[in-house]
Amino acid sequence: MSAPRREPWKWYAPLVLPFVATLWVPFYNRAEPSLAGVPFFYWYLFLWIVLCAALIGVIYFATREKRGA
Amino acid sequence: MNVPAAIVFFLLFGVVTVLGFVAARWRRGDLDQLHEWGLGGRRFGTLVTWFLLGGDLYTAYTFIAVPALVYGAGAIGFFAVPFTIIAYPIFFVVTPRLWSVSHARGYITGADFVRGRFQSPLLALAIALTGILATMPYIALQLVGIQVVVAALGIEGQGWMAEAPLVIAFVILAAYTYNSGLRAPAMIAVVKDVVIYVTVIAAVIVIPMQLGGFAKIFAAVPPQKLLLAPAQTSTFVTLAFGSACALTLYPHATTGILSSSGRRTIRRNAAILPAYSFLLGIIALFGYMAIAAHVGDAPEFARGFQQYGANYAVPALFLRSFPSWFVGVAFAAIGIGALVPAAIMSIAAANLFTRNIYREYLRPRCTDKEEASMAKIVSLVVKLGALVFIVFLPQKYAIQLQLLGGVWILQTFPAIILGLYTRWLHRGGLLAGWAAGMSVGTWMCGTTGFKSTTFALKLGALSLPGYAALWALITNLVVAIAATLVLDALGMARGEDETKPEDYFSESA
Repeated sequence: MSAPRREPWKWYAPLVLPFVATLWVPFYNRAEPSLAGVPFFYWYLFLWIVLCAALIGVIYFATREKRGA
Repeated sequence: MNVPAAIVFFLLFGVVTVLGFVAARWRRGDLDQLHEWGLGGRRFGTLVTWFLLGGDLYTAYTFIAVPALVYGAGAIGFFAVPFTIIAYPIFFVVTPRLWSVSHARGYITGADFVRGRFQSPLLALAIALTGILATMPYIALQLVGIQVVVAALGIEGQGWMAEAPLVIAFVILAAYTYNSGLRAPAMIAVVKDVVIYVTVIAAVIVIPMQLGGFAKIFAAVPPQKLLLAPAQTSTFVTLAFGSACALTLYPHATTGILSSSGRRTIRRNAAILPAYSFLLGIIALFGYMAIAAHVGDAPEFARGFQQYGANYAVPALFLRSFPSWFVGVAFAAIGIGALVPAAIMSIAAANLFTRNIYREYLRPRCTDKEEASMAKIVSLVVKLGALVFIVFLPQKYAIQLQLLGGVWILQTFPAIILGLYTRWLHRGGLLAGWAAGMSVGTWMCGTTGFKSTTFALKLGALSLPGYAALWALITNLVVAIAATLVLDALGMARGEDETKPEDYFSESA
């Protein structure tokens, strides 16, 4: 067993973004600009599903724990 | 009866039943060991874990209830989307630690971890009871999903026969769960999710085409439903945040997480599980499609709505939009979708009872084999309880208890999630906080007659409506901190921590 690794916490800081983006409701609780008839409120949230997943993916690769390291 | 739909439905149900029994031989392990039966031997890789957790966290009931809420109440029902967005950053950071420490110390439940971390069987008992209490009504609600689609297929009986399809489905489910343990829902989840994805992709293409596009669908929704009213904002935010914090605390989530083969599996899944959130978002939109399709005014659906309320909106939408045989596929997705989480939940409850109550208090000297057989029996009892609940009591009790379950499960946050990072809180403080949170949360829901989990917090002249679970958690934390200061000042023993710092990073062999 190696000594506990300190996780590079700086890499995890961007994970605050999805919280701010989706919990700050007044920012997106509006109909315009709509996208192909879909009000902003809805397509904005769908967009953040993708963005948040991508963000986690990037951080996963950046902090990848090598097997046996 | 809708014959082609029923044939397809039963065919798919049959396939899944066979799979459930065959699963016992998959990645064969000694099913007389609890970690083999109840955690699939901790061997599931990235893809199987994705299917398993996807089928586990996004239950059939969610797929009925979220669009039902959107259909009835509009934008507020969309809280499920931010909820399932922010759940994953939490999942990504927290669950690898839980996996590692459980792997290093042989824990199979969250309560196991709490016991080891704080040397407190009593606190572990509180955590285990909370988990069991929160899970039972959740299993019962999965049955509602089956009930609604069986009714929508037009299968009816008189008297006791009315519940026969439900009873048969559950006997089958109980038998293969007993036989194969977690391997059964893991294997079935693959089929179930493929069917769900096919259904949802077909629906999101076909239905808007029939209704004249998304612009027409949104135009059909009353404007006051389309966006959040100012008074709804705090409810929306606290529901999303509170639910996201609670997600990984549910015993069935813990079971799914601990069954994976390693930290990397879990971390990868945090990035790929949001595919299901996208699916959930589309399914939520089915609520608006149902409004645009005027299913509520159609005489042929009047009985269904009368009996199941807004929960009938999605089945009615499918019946109206799809050819009969595809209705069978779609309903099978919901029906099978109920079996996977129901199986995992019953296994999770069985693990909790066996490990943290039976072995701890009733038979400390039981062998591993006795432990595993007890868990198998408990999984049967739990499902029987859920079945009795749904057949003999009004459905609204199950719904109300499940809502309360969400409030209760969040009260295990300080012991489990904070516990993964720090032992600053005293075990006695955690217990006091838990008791306070449970009481306050239950009382808040009680003030609404248990109809809602929204409670208006009065701060002077300001009234802040929000998710009772979160208000209760704040109470919980305040009490836990205060009690910790007092207990430490009195010099009360803190107990030993059996975990080591490196345990929280351990990787599979």
